[in-house]
Amino acid sequence: MEAKEFLKKLCDGVGVSGYEETIRGPIIEEFKDLTNEIETDRLGNIIAVKHGENNKKNIKIMLAAHMDEIGLMVKDIDDDGFIRFTTVGGFDPRTLLAQEVMIHGTESIFGVIGAKPPHLTSPGEREKAIKIEDLTIDVGFTKEEIEKIVQIGDVITLNRQLIDLQGSMVSGKALDDRAGVVTMCECAKELAKLKHEADVYFVSTVQEEVGVRGATTSTYKINPDIGIAIDVGFGATPELPSEHSIEMSKGAGIAIGGNIHPTLREKLTDVAKEYNIDFQYEISPGPTGTDARAMQITRSGIPTLLLSLPLRYMHTSVETIDMKDIKTSAQMLARFIASITNENLEGLLCY
Amino acid sequence: MLLKRLTETNGISGNEKAVRNLIIEEIKDYVDDIKVDKIGNVIAYKKGSIESPRVMVAAHMDEVGLIVSKIEKSGLIRFMPVGGLDKRVLVSKPVVIGEDKIPGVIGAKPIHLQKGPERSKALSYQQLYIDIGASSEEQAKSNVKIGDYIAFDSKYVEFGKDLVKAKALDDRVGCSMLIDLLKSETNISIYGVFTVMEEVGLVGAGPAAFEIDPDIGIVLEGTTCSDVPDVDNHLTATKLGAGPAVSLMDRTTIFNKKLRNTIVNLAEENDIPYQFRRTTFGGNDSGKIHLAKEGAITATLSVPCRYIHSPISVMNKNDYKNTGKLLKLLIAEIEKGGLM
Repeated sequence: MEAKEFLKKLCDGVGVSGYEETIRGPIIEEFKDLTNEIETDRLGNIIAVKHGENNKKNIKIMLAAHMDEIGLMVKDIDDDGFIRFTTVGGFDPRTLLAQEVMIHGTESIFGVIGAKPPHLTSPGEREKAIKIEDLTIDVGFTKEEIEKIVQIGDVITLNRQLIDLQGSMVSGKALDDRAGVVTMCECAKELAKLKHEADVYFVSTVQEEVGVRGATTSTYKINPDIGIAIDVGFGATPELPSEHSIEMSKGAGIAIGGNIHPTLREKLTDVAKEYNIDFQYEISPGPTGTDARAMQITRSGIPTLLLSLPLRYMHTSVETIDMKDIKTSAQMLARFIASITNENLEGLLCY
Repeated sequence: MLLKRLTETNGISGNEKAVRNLIIEEIKDYVDDIKVDKIGNVIAYKKGSIESPRVMVAAHMDEVGLIVSKIEKSGLIRFMPVGGLDKRVLVSKPVVIGEDKIPGVIGAKPIHLQKGPERSKALSYQQLYIDIGASSEEQAKSNVKIGDYIAFDSKYVEFGKDLVKAKALDDRVGCSMLIDLLKSETNISIYGVFTVMEEVGLVGAGPAAFEIDPDIGIVLEGTTCSDVPDVDNHLTATKLGAGPAVSLMDRTTIFNKKLRNTIVNLAEENDIPYQFRRTTFGGNDSGKIHLAKEGAITATLSVPCRYIHSPISVMNKNDYKNTGKLLKLLIAEIEKGGLM
């Protein structure tokens, strides 16, 4: 499937942290033809393996991108059928007012998020950020009717379809980090054209948004020689300090910091330069908020890299990304993987 | 479906053209005369077979929205509100800009990078902008220009039990009911007026009423409905599903008691649920119509709309049907005379 088509399928789909089974199907379908083995582990991570050639020492490179998205969960249904909810992952409550949602009960039903109308609030109140506890979902059913479909604990996603913006930019929900999953998929396609020795594990992880949990168990199981997380980074906008953001459309941010293996990172940038692939640096001192954090401290430690796709408006329903950055990141990953051999790996990992 | 087409057409106050064209196309075979006046109101005349007072039925074509005020060097687009908008509903929504409907999104600073006090304030217009995916001022300007109108990108969706979500239900519900009335058989003559710029200060209704000089004015509206959690019963104004809302008084009009009682009696005689609009908040075109020339008696019939003036306004289809029914009964009642 073409990258944008796959991204649309994933982002328009549903897979809240801890409840990723609903997004599993299309991911397996896509990786099936690009890899040699595929399995789903106990937590729900999808592990797709593409074997290398002449892999004498059985070296393993693991890529991880998380398939979960932030969402909401039903907490209460009031006497008039309005639904109160909590968040699964980090939402800014201000971005939830006047949104459309789908509540995933015995069937998925439509609702809208409302609050006390502005003319009934004091001017002071209107200047304040709305709180989660002030928001309710209106599904247009009575309590009795809704209780036949929805129960406490059901997950809720924002109702948003991927939008084509100018050039190769797209906007939608859950681009964090389904764009990473698509990048892995594009990388697998690139690898099919190249020779690589390492076995490559493409892992679509679960529960990243609630504490990098899927990466914890899948890295343990795979025990890779190198772990590479593909996630999203803060795309530059006027209100963000430039040191905390990366430019849109200028290639992946290659993370630098304690979470990242220094010589491997140099190898990655060398490869990018050799093949004229756009990249930029992203400084993340200390553990990053990504799967790379879990990978690094798995077992007795794993050398780890992180690629960040520039993404604007993170954790909103209008996350925005450039398809070009997905493509160039995939090329960089594939070239890097192909450059790792049974011969050179040990040297590359030396501090 | 007509209401779907009407709500999915964009007509921000001052830029009602697309809605106007749709309406004219829809009614032209059913009325005797249509004219677009000097400020953009559509005035349709349907000639009846019997003598009657001059009746003007009005609904406003315009909706609240935004307008492009500046294109930044970065290619991001700044905007101002048109009409009464709660700025808190804007963030994280898709919009379309201008006649070519260029898609854009209103983004927000990621929560991860917000400092504590930032998180507790509503976002101001100065903090909001639209991203159309342009990477430079030049690229943005090839698609969007200053003064382009911006509408919410929100589809007509039926959900729950008999509910509809759409943008601009205020006042495309009124337009839709008025179109329906003009298409139906009536014995009396009717001036059907689709007004401009109601949302920015009842601008269109005055000149239209001056032109028509009505004896009776009937305003069709989508009105505020606050029957949501955390609102005391007496502050709800209207309730969804409880029938057409009949206005008593608002900031612009004290509605004619005889006309109002006629409406209430018709509803009761015909088993149509109705409710009073229990707030004096807001105003509508009646404010201008009842004061035009020597004055007119007026009434307002409204379909209650939750989350009004947002991309997700919600109405009940039964309220819509019953308001239309009550309107037609009222027209038939006027035919009998005795109101003036």
